[in-house]
Amino acid sequence: MVETGHFALVLAFALSLVQTLVPLFGARINNQKMMAVGGPVAVTGFALTALSFAALATAYATSDFSVANVWDNSHSLQPLIYKITGTWGNHEGSMLLWVLILTFFGALVAAFGSNLPATLRANVLAVQGAIGATFLLFILATSNPFARLNPAPIEGRDLNPILQDLGLAIHPPLLYLGYVGFSICFSFSVAALIEGRIDASWARWVRPWTLVAWMFLTGGIAMGSYWAYYELGWGGFWFWDPVENASFMPWLAGTALLHSAIVMEKRSALKIWTLLLAILTFSLSLLGTFLVRSGVLTSVHAFATDPTRGVFILCILTLFIGGSLALFAFRASRLTAGGLFHPVSREGALVLNNLFLTTATATVLIGTLYPLVVEAVSADKISVGAPFFNLTFGPLMVPLLVVVPFGPLLAWKRGDIFAVAQRLMAAFAAALLAVLVTALFIDGASVFAALGVGLAFWLICGALTDIAVKSGFGSVAPGIMLRRFAGLPRSVFGTALAHLGLGLTTLGIVGTLCFGTEKILSMHAGETVQLSGHTLRFEGLYPAQGPNYSEDRGRFALLGADGSTTAMITSSKRSYPVRQMTTTESGIKTIGFSQLYLSLGDEATDGSVVVRLWWKPLVTLIWGGGLVMMAGAAMSLMDRRLRVGAPSRRRKSAGAVPSASLP
Amino acid sequence: MTRKQKRLSVIAGGLAFLGAATGLTFYALGQKASYFYMPADLTTASLQPGQRIRLGGLVEKGTIERGQGTTVAFSVTDNQKQVKVTYTGILPDLFREEQGVITEGAFRPDGVFVADSVLAKHDENYMPKEVADGLKSKGVWQESKSD
Repeated sequence: MVETGHFALVLAFALSLVQTLVPLFGARINNQKMMAVGGPVAVTGFALTALSFAALATAYATSDFSVANVWDNSHSLQPLIYKITGTWGNHEGSMLLWVLILTFFGALVAAFGSNLPATLRANVLAVQGAIGATFLLFILATSNPFARLNPAPIEGRDLNPILQDLGLAIHPPLLYLGYVGFSICFSFSVAALIEGRIDASWARWVRPWTLVAWMFLTGGIAMGSYWAYYELGWGGFWFWDPVENASFMPWLAGTALLHSAIVMEKRSALKIWTLLLAILTFSLSLLGTFLVRSGVLTSVHAFATDPTRGVFILCILTLFIGGSLALFAFRASRLTAGGLFHPVSREGALVLNNLFLTTATATVLIGTLYPLVVEAVSADKISVGAPFFNLTFGPLMVPLLVVVPFGPLLAWKRGDIFAVAQRLMAAFAAALLAVLVTALFIDGASVFAALGVGLAFWLICGALTDIAVKSGFGSVAPGIMLRRFAGLPRSVFGTALAHLGLGLTTLGIVGTLCFGTEKILSMHAGETVQLSGHTLRFEGLYPAQGPNYSEDRGRFALLGADGSTTAMITSSKRSYPVRQMTTTESGIKTIGFSQLYLSLGDEATDGSVVVRLWWKPLVTLIWGGGLVMMAGAAMSLMDRRLRVGAPSRRRKSAGAVPSASLP
Repeated sequence: MTRKQKRLSVIAGGLAFLGAATGLTFYALGQKASYFYMPADLTTASLQPGQRIRLGGLVEKGTIERGQGTTVAFSVTDNQKQVKVTYTGILPDLFREEQGVITEGAFRPDGVFVADSVLAKHDENYMPKEVADGLKSKGVWQESKSD
């Protein structure tokens, strides 16, 4: 089975070469048969990669320690779920997952792209094949997951305990679906450059792929953030760690792309810019893969530090980023610029969004790469952390968040800012009320905290206003309003939901950062502690045994007003004998949208234990907002307009919205 | 305004924005980036009082003192010089004697380094890169015998 997997991977590599060369050449000489080769080859390549992945997963599930990769990252006593997820909890396996998703997206284009122009489809599949070929070669040449050991060891060396968590089952696949999903946008852009032609139907094709990739990337980042939050025991949700930034940069650029693609689809403007953004977004994904996989950064994500791998990925990076940008430089002048618009208009607002988002991406990029550059040119070692990003990223985001509610309400081409401001009066009043209530009624609220809460409410109410205005709230009879509401395009709901989610995330961040409390103390069994109105009693440490670890469970009772126990919270210190590692499992109790978070420290000689407690108000909204953003993207995807191939249906209801107010 | 003037003002606005963002970024890099030192580097480094730095090295054997409550003191060494560090809070799970750590904070006037964060390695194969490079350059690096 394992050798079959290896063989399938070699075949997939050979097929990806065919997928690159034959359709590309066919499109050049306009040979229909050669162009048609791309589709079936892409699907077969995906099937072979899937077979290869299944072979590795089977080796993991059955604990086949004759495979070096399994021996290094698994143990027979691990629960089955962690055996399986361990498949991608290491360098080789995670690269295989990366390629699996890449070929999956290629197969999707082959399967659903039958109504694409033949040359465009051939070129897209060729570019997708080229990316696949380089990464398959990378795996085969430097990171073979199927290498055998002879003699086979009896027992494996266990998966890194930090990765033995359900998060590993969710975070990497989601993140890769996002990262790699942008490869489609990249392939479409390069294909358009090869052809020297780009039109609105191109944008209609690229937008759903952008939405899909963005949706998964949002979920992957949110999940990664929550995982780090509960697993590392530091109580933080974002550390501005270079590896986090590596996933955040494509997200920021992808968000910009999502918005500029709307302008291109609706108004045929910003064509060249959109194309460049699509290239940059996937380039940042590739850069992220390089930063994480090459070992230039040390973190829990950098499994391997083999320099040949780093050099190999750097070559891939140079080839694709350099190649696509060079092609852009030569061909972009052939593309015709599109429609004109007034600065105050929906297009203008989206350009402003792009300006802020790409600048923010650039600051994150500089902050992430600066230490590497400084170390390369001098002996100095520096680190750029949260203080830098708070000073640069924060001031860029705040004005952007302030203007978000204006965007969807402005008309295309030429908008009336005063009319929009008037419509947003209610949202503004709600935000002002939130500021006043926070400042007056919450103890210790700073001016910044109050304004932050106001900003979050401004976003949330602004998103609701968008829906209300477009359904004619307050200007038409309730019956007509309901009908209009039901008749609104899904993408309008998608926009509103995504902006609502942004507001919720903002509220969560402000709540946690400005109103959270923290205590570190050493406790004896039976002692109680107060934190932001909650009383906790430490019940003591109890030893327990897990399948492949032993642990000391610290049990805490959450006491009600009458002194009775209302809930038990457990935080434990686990020790994994195989890797001789200790991990802390934090104890979390969710109360409403807020959480009580506690983390166990070391035991002192007198029997007391160091305990760190946090009260984190509204913290769950940070990730809840991410889920709402995902829902917004899913809603937009369901828009009829984006379902390529779906017959266009005339809206039947006579009370439909006047087309001028539609996006 | 004519059309040309309008376009120029939009472009000027965009450039001014980018200029401001660039300026802010480089100001922040100058102010907020923290330098990494090993104990022996400190004699040649000119530090401002209260300047935040990252101090890395090995936790010296037999120097971990758990004081009252949650404060811990230990020495960080590069086998040439030692620096006394105090830290209040929970140490990382992988904090041990003779292991590589990176501490972040500033020096007190009496020469004790007050850390507000302590990072240890993530697993037994991993030594913080800065510490490993530093030890190698000082010729005191020993390959780990984890395999």
